[in-house]
Amino acid sequence: MGWNLIRVYAVLVYLFMFLPVAVVVLLSFNASQFGAFPMAGFSLRWFVALWENDAVMRAFRTSLALGFLCAIISTTLGVLASLALVRYRIPGRNLLTTVLIAPILVPEVVMAVALLLFLNFVGIGRSFIMLLAGHVIFTLPFVILVVQARLVGIRRDVEEAALSLGASPRQTFFAVTLPLLMPAVAAGALFAFTISFDNITGTLFWKPGGVETVPTQIFAMLRHSISPEINALGTVMIVLTVGLPLLGAALARRLAMKSGVSEPR
Amino acid sequence: MGAVSLENIVKRFGSFTAVERTSLTIPEGTLTTLLGPSGCGKTTTLRMIAGLLDPTEGNIVIGGRSVNDVPIHKRNLGLVFQNYALFPHKTVADNVGFGLRYRNVNRAEIARRVQEALELVQLPHVADRFPKALSGGQQQRIALARAIVIEPDVLLLDEPLSALDANLREDMRVELKRIQERIGVTTVFVTHDQSEALAMSDQIVVMSNGRVEQVGAPEEVYNTPASEFVAKFLGASNILDGRCLSRGPDGAELDVPVFGKVIVPTAKAPHLAGEGAAKLVVRAEKLLLRDSPPEGGAFSAPASVETVDYQGQSVRYFVRSGETQLQAINMIDERPFPVGAQVHLTLRPQDCAALPG
Ligand SMILES: Nc1ncnc2c1ncn2[C@@H]1O[C@H](COP(=O)(O)OP(=O)(O)O)[C@@H](O)[C@H]1O
Ligand SMILES: [Mg+2]
Repeated sequence: MGWNLIRVYAVLVYLFMFLPVAVVVLLSFNASQFGAFPMAGFSLRWFVALWENDAVMRAFRTSLALGFLCAIISTTLGVLASLALVRYRIPGRNLLTTVLIAPILVPEVVMAVALLLFLNFVGIGRSFIMLLAGHVIFTLPFVILVVQARLVGIRRDVEEAALSLGASPRQTFFAVTLPLLMPAVAAGALFAFTISFDNITGTLFWKPGGVETVPTQIFAMLRHSISPEINALGTVMIVLTVGLPLLGAALARRLAMKSGVSEPR
Repeated sequence: MGAVSLENIVKRFGSFTAVERTSLTIPEGTLTTLLGPSGCGKTTTLRMIAGLLDPTEGNIVIGGRSVNDVPIHKRNLGLVFQNYALFPHKTVADNVGFGLRYRNVNRAEIARRVQEALELVQLPHVADRFPKALSGGQQQRIALARAIVIEPDVLLLDEPLSALDANLREDMRVELKRIQERIGVTTVFVTHDQSEALAMSDQIVVMSNGRVEQVGAPEEVYNTPASEFVAKFLGASNILDGRCLSRGPDGAELDVPVFGKVIVPTAKAPHLAGEGAAKLVVRAEKLLLRDSPPEGGAFSAPASVETVDYQGQSVRYFVRSGETQLQAINMIDERPFPVGAQVHLTLRPQDCAALPG
């Protein structure tokens, strides 16, 4: 009896969470001018409208560029930081780990304001570079957490074997460590991309005037009207931020299976 | 190829001394075993030879060249680990050929030498498989092939058989010895297993608490232990605390419990200085139980059987003689002595060894 009640409750919670999302996706295919039920028929007109909307496309390109650059920088830094933290006995390791992970723990808006104030203080204006730097700070902890976990599972003696066979430390990294680390690197990059792609709080504070990302663009559009275009844009966002990681995970598993590397436990 | 010398090596981790001042020579082409209980500093010593650890003090010389400042990847060593440490993302062929890729060997030559190495370890047909698809014993053979295909100056093995099943371990140790003799590479083998050490080594280095207790051929270490630790670590031994009364041309005269006054041949008491406290080492395998007192010069004492541990071809007895309990491992034809039997302990003079007290 009690369990049934809990089950019903759980279903209701999920409905509450996901129904709006489903509605957005559904309405993005609505032929009607008004984003409301009943639907007037199936249509891709709002996607076409998006495609023809210069502001949206500009925001989209900005977001993609920002996401890609953020993923590349964050992943590179994350791998290097993880190597330092896991493989070398550096003084103050715990403190350093805490500092690097902190952006996850500090409320986003606090981080956003802090960075903005800091930039004002040192006299650097807002720019795309600063926006990118902010995104990197936000996404770096996720990369480090994922990569570190995997790196701990890579046995040191495998690297030592490579060294003993004549590979220099650098060659060992590229021939042994990095390939074994690849699933985590890919996962970290995907995390960084998706987190950057749908970040809004930090972006609102940091973006230079006239530059919009997809989330800030949606935010701006919502102030004027609730156009069905926004539903379409939402659908595109969902496909990108949910679909991409799923695709990446599947790909990583494929690769891992092919090369005979077992999944980290 | 080349001999390995450790010259006054010390290794400290902070204030803890893992290896105390040690000098040691590993002759060219021999298989030398570092033997000792877990934590005695074997791996630390091996890792210093490999270049994975820097000695706190002292010199490491390989083939006449001091290698203290030579990083591991330039030392030309073969390294084999307990857990195989194969590259999981590479095929067997790529694992074995790995070291050759960093040695300016062309692809055809790499393929040929990889195949040759695989044949040497008797696994010629697994080149295209991934390590995961092989058994533990096969993986260790591949690891060995990978280490020797580069024709290392020194082969270093850290407990390479410990992860294998008991049966396989004995096969592998014969195999390993065969390969080592065949290629004649100077080899340092680390193990805590005394039977492995006795079976495989040209020279055994017995270690305890970061110190070298004894260096010698297997028979030497086994028959003439230099310390109580060595006597107890290699096989089962009884240690009788007594006194040395005198040292003459025939040997050293000792007064010990159970046997009373005995004369130990000089060769069996090399470390005994003269009068003073002394110990008699009696190997359990050399202490024989008899119905009647022995004839000739053997030492003898009456005893009663307290425990019988029957193992088929041999029996382990615990016997009591006066206040002293002794262990004896005897081969038997038919049935062992029963518990409570009165027997005569028999020990030939050349089968015991004397140590300073
Ligand atoms: N990196 C290290 N830091 C501190 N102590 C260590 C380190 N490596 C080994 N030790 C200590 O040195 C001693 C010898 O270790 P090791 O050489 O691994 O022993 P063995 O291989 O004979 O079992 C052990 O007490 C071990 O705890
Ligand atoms: Mg060890």
